[in-house]
Amino acid sequence: MTLTATATTATAPAPAGAHPKTGTVEIRCPDGGWLAVCGPDDLTPGRGVAALLPDGSQAALFLDRAGRIHAISNRDPFTGAQVLSRGLTGSAAGRPFVASPLLKQRFDLATGDCLDDPEVSVPAYGVRVRGPERKAAQGAGRAH
Amino acid sequence: MTTTHPHPGTAAPGATPTLVLIGHGMVGQRFLEELADRGVTGRARVVVLCEEPRPAYDRVQLTSYFAGRTPDELSLVDPDFLARHGIELHLGDPATAIDRTTRTVTARSGLTVRYDALVLATGSYPFVPPVPGSDSKGCFVYRTIEDLLAIEEYAEHARTGLVVGGGLLGLEAAGALKGLGLRTHIVEFAPRLMALQVDEGGGRALRRTVEEMGLEVHTGVGGTEIVADEAGAVTAMGLSDDSRIETDLVVFSAGVRPRDQLARECGLPVGQRGGIIVDEQCRTDDPAVYAIGECALAADGRVYGLVAPGYDMARVVAGEVAAQLDDAVHGGPDAARQPGFTGADLSTKLKLLGVDVASFGDAHGATDGCLDVVYSDARSGVYKKLVIGATGELLGGVLVGDADSYGMLRPLTGSVPPVAPEQLVLPAGAGAPAALGPEALPGDAVICSCHNVTKDAIQSCETLPEVKRCTKAGTGCGSCVKMIGKLLPDSGEQGLCACFPHTRAELYEIVRVRRIASYAELLDAHGREEARGGEGCEVCKPAIGSVIASLAPAVGADGYVLQGEQAALQDTNDHFLANLQKNGSYSIVPRIPGGEITPEKLIVIGEVARDFGLYTKITGGQRIDLFGARVDQLPVIWDRLVAAGFESGHAYGKALRTVKSCVGETWCRYGVQDSVRMAIELELRYRGLRAPHKLKSAVSGCARECAEAQSKDFGVIATANGWNLYVGGNGGASPRHADLLAQDLSDAELIRLIDRFLMFYIRTADRLERTAAWLERIEGGLDHVRDVVVHDSLGLCDELEALMAAHVTHYRDEWAETLADPERLARFVSFVNAPGAPDPSVRFVPERDQVKPDLTLLAGPTLPVRTLEGTSV
Repeated sequence: MTLTATATTATAPAPAGAHPKTGTVEIRCPDGGWLAVCGPDDLTPGRGVAALLPDGSQAALFLDRAGRIHAISNRDPFTGAQVLSRGLTGSAAGRPFVASPLLKQRFDLATGDCLDDPEVSVPAYGVRVRGPERKAAQGAGRAH
Repeated sequence: MTTTHPHPGTAAPGATPTLVLIGHGMVGQRFLEELADRGVTGRARVVVLCEEPRPAYDRVQLTSYFAGRTPDELSLVDPDFLARHGIELHLGDPATAIDRTTRTVTARSGLTVRYDALVLATGSYPFVPPVPGSDSKGCFVYRTIEDLLAIEEYAEHARTGLVVGGGLLGLEAAGALKGLGLRTHIVEFAPRLMALQVDEGGGRALRRTVEEMGLEVHTGVGGTEIVADEAGAVTAMGLSDDSRIETDLVVFSAGVRPRDQLARECGLPVGQRGGIIVDEQCRTDDPAVYAIGECALAADGRVYGLVAPGYDMARVVAGEVAAQLDDAVHGGPDAARQPGFTGADLSTKLKLLGVDVASFGDAHGATDGCLDVVYSDARSGVYKKLVIGATGELLGGVLVGDADSYGMLRPLTGSVPPVAPEQLVLPAGAGAPAALGPEALPGDAVICSCHNVTKDAIQSCETLPEVKRCTKAGTGCGSCVKMIGKLLPDSGEQGLCACFPHTRAELYEIVRVRRIASYAELLDAHGREEARGGEGCEVCKPAIGSVIASLAPAVGADGYVLQGEQAALQDTNDHFLANLQKNGSYSIVPRIPGGEITPEKLIVIGEVARDFGLYTKITGGQRIDLFGARVDQLPVIWDRLVAAGFESGHAYGKALRTVKSCVGETWCRYGVQDSVRMAIELELRYRGLRAPHKLKSAVSGCARECAEAQSKDFGVIATANGWNLYVGGNGGASPRHADLLAQDLSDAELIRLIDRFLMFYIRTADRLERTAAWLERIEGGLDHVRDVVVHDSLGLCDELEALMAAHVTHYRDEWAETLADPERLARFVSFVNAPGAPDPSVRFVPERDQVKPDLTLLAGPTLPVRTLEGTSV
């Protein structure tokens, strides 16, 4: 099984299994600008981290096994708590997701759609890795 | 004698290619089925010439004819198979000549067929040693149903029978003669029975058992002549040691030889000791002629007398023929060829005369540097030998008298067994752990070696009939049927989640016996096909994280749950070693063993709570919960707690929580034992033990039961004589009173029993199954659990105790360990891009002189929360 990126994916292309060790992970903010948040080494496969965005909102970044980085909102829409970055990740039908650590609803990491409630979604953000060895890799993202 | 005749006449019709198969035995029939599967029968004329008067039957089960199976029941050919596929089968009409220049085959009836491809599946013939008089009346071979019919008829007037050959078939024949009521002798030239399959020790065990059945065994001697009376009927056989055995009937079963006469006569090369020489594609020197099964001398220089390699060859040639047809149609080059036949496993398992005999791999220990592990019990006729290679890998083995483990051992051949080899040969109950379960086998392990069917293929089916229909597994020698039963679900879907088809208990076994310490490795090797290589899911990750943590010392994993990949498996609570609360803050519960705490420690807790503004509450488990810590505060708070001598209380884990206690005999005028001392001892022993669900315990100092031990997973109540142990209690939504497991135990007995009980629970419970539900569910209930942990009915107790001992030895405080690891500490930040910044959404407002979460900060489009019962807001 491979994880397939869709046209709306908010992922930074990277070679499977090995994300770049150098450079800067950047996230596309709701205002359209790119914000450097961390180095690739700050991410652990299968876990998330939270990032504070300039407008005070929060993003959750995840690194998957294939080396792709995803970003969605950190806010769990079911409770209002800023906790999605602390959920467990998984994949269903080849698409990576995170399960909220509070009430376990799952969110697609590429689109932000809630897998357990078709009417709910959270913002998904574009991600790219900029660095000396890699040119900016564009993720389209669904800007909100 | 044509049974099906869709293409009348003998000439090949114009454009349709013709395929001729000589021989309709087991391998021939399999070849036809493989052709049909590939659609070849629809595109080519298929003609079969068969010497025997009946279509292919199960020669492996030939002897079962004497047990009442009719020839029809032995048939391998569905009644409409030939007609459905338009196959012309000529029974009782063997091929007599092949002309390779004109590409024609002539049969005894005069029938001549031109072929485009010719497949020889002529099998073998019984070898009759050159003993004078071997053509006397009353001499038989043991190969076909017709042979059996003749033996049966002749035996009606015989009292004694003699079988020449103490190999596999010889023993079968001897069993048959005995079944016919004859006094039966076995004469074997080799020094032991089944010399090819078993070693000297196995041969001795086998001989003993065979003799106990009343058969007379003569080894190390050969027949020199057959004595006949005036009518030409057998009366005795003379032996090479100048002795003589009176007998009315002789069956030659001294091995078989490839039937390669047709091939020799048409100039095809054959081996020095017989067998039509073929390459890996089973092609003879003539590219239009193939040979498969026992008549072929395979590319590895061997003639295979077993059915499984023959089936494999049938598959190869059917693939070749199909590919050639495709090439002819599409004009393409050699399409993607299947792998050829390069050799086969000679493993066998049989029930001979009621004795299990199995051999597999390098049964004779021919490999350089190999060592034997032998268990031999001549009294009960059990002999087991494993051949272990220089690096500990299982190379092969011999099992006589008890071959139950064959199904497990054969697939492990070539790998290092998950447990010590001596444990694999010891009988159950002799200090050995439970035999390996089928769940320990990898998905590609071959379960049915006759039909080369893997565990995965079997598990794609639901029922045994379905397995037999879809995969043919279990329809050959039948030795795998028991194993297949174990691999099939009892009912319905049992898997843990969409990633694993196994239950938690099965995954525990896989992790344990295969010593897998990595989730990714487990998922990629044992997960459902569609889940392999993926991310896993939120259900199995923590469950497997817990299993690996439970088994950490035994499987070589780090007991620290945040080590390496294990960190990504943990629920947020385990990941931050604290309990997530509704506003994203965490609560902290230091361990207070037995609920006993010094004033100094109590003061430290108070000071920490005050300094960090934590809401403080006494828990039901006799400890103190501190609420409202931000993730970045956790290390600072724990730095102070650890300095004061506190450890993690594992309130966040599926692990031992507390062992509550009453004050006991030290202070209480009713108390009969020191319940606090015991509670502290138990809590310190089992702290940090990861389990399928949380574990609670209590110790009461007398029968008044102030510690409420009977509502705990394991509860202890003091008696005048010691301790009573109760298990399976629960509070919560469905309360359950605990059951009495054992009474009046000493300290040591109590602890030993709890060790066993907890480890047995951890081993067999489902994910998130408390001991109460587990005890209700497990087959046999409390009685079974008592049998296992008190009476050691499964022989497991030593191992369960060893696992617990390893846990106790390897316990380390998770918080102390975390504080000592700067890299780990770096993860305790609210924001990766602002490590010093507190999370502005985690704020508090006053409530009853303490704090509570400020939920207004979380406001916004908060959604109704879905619950199982419905929607609440």
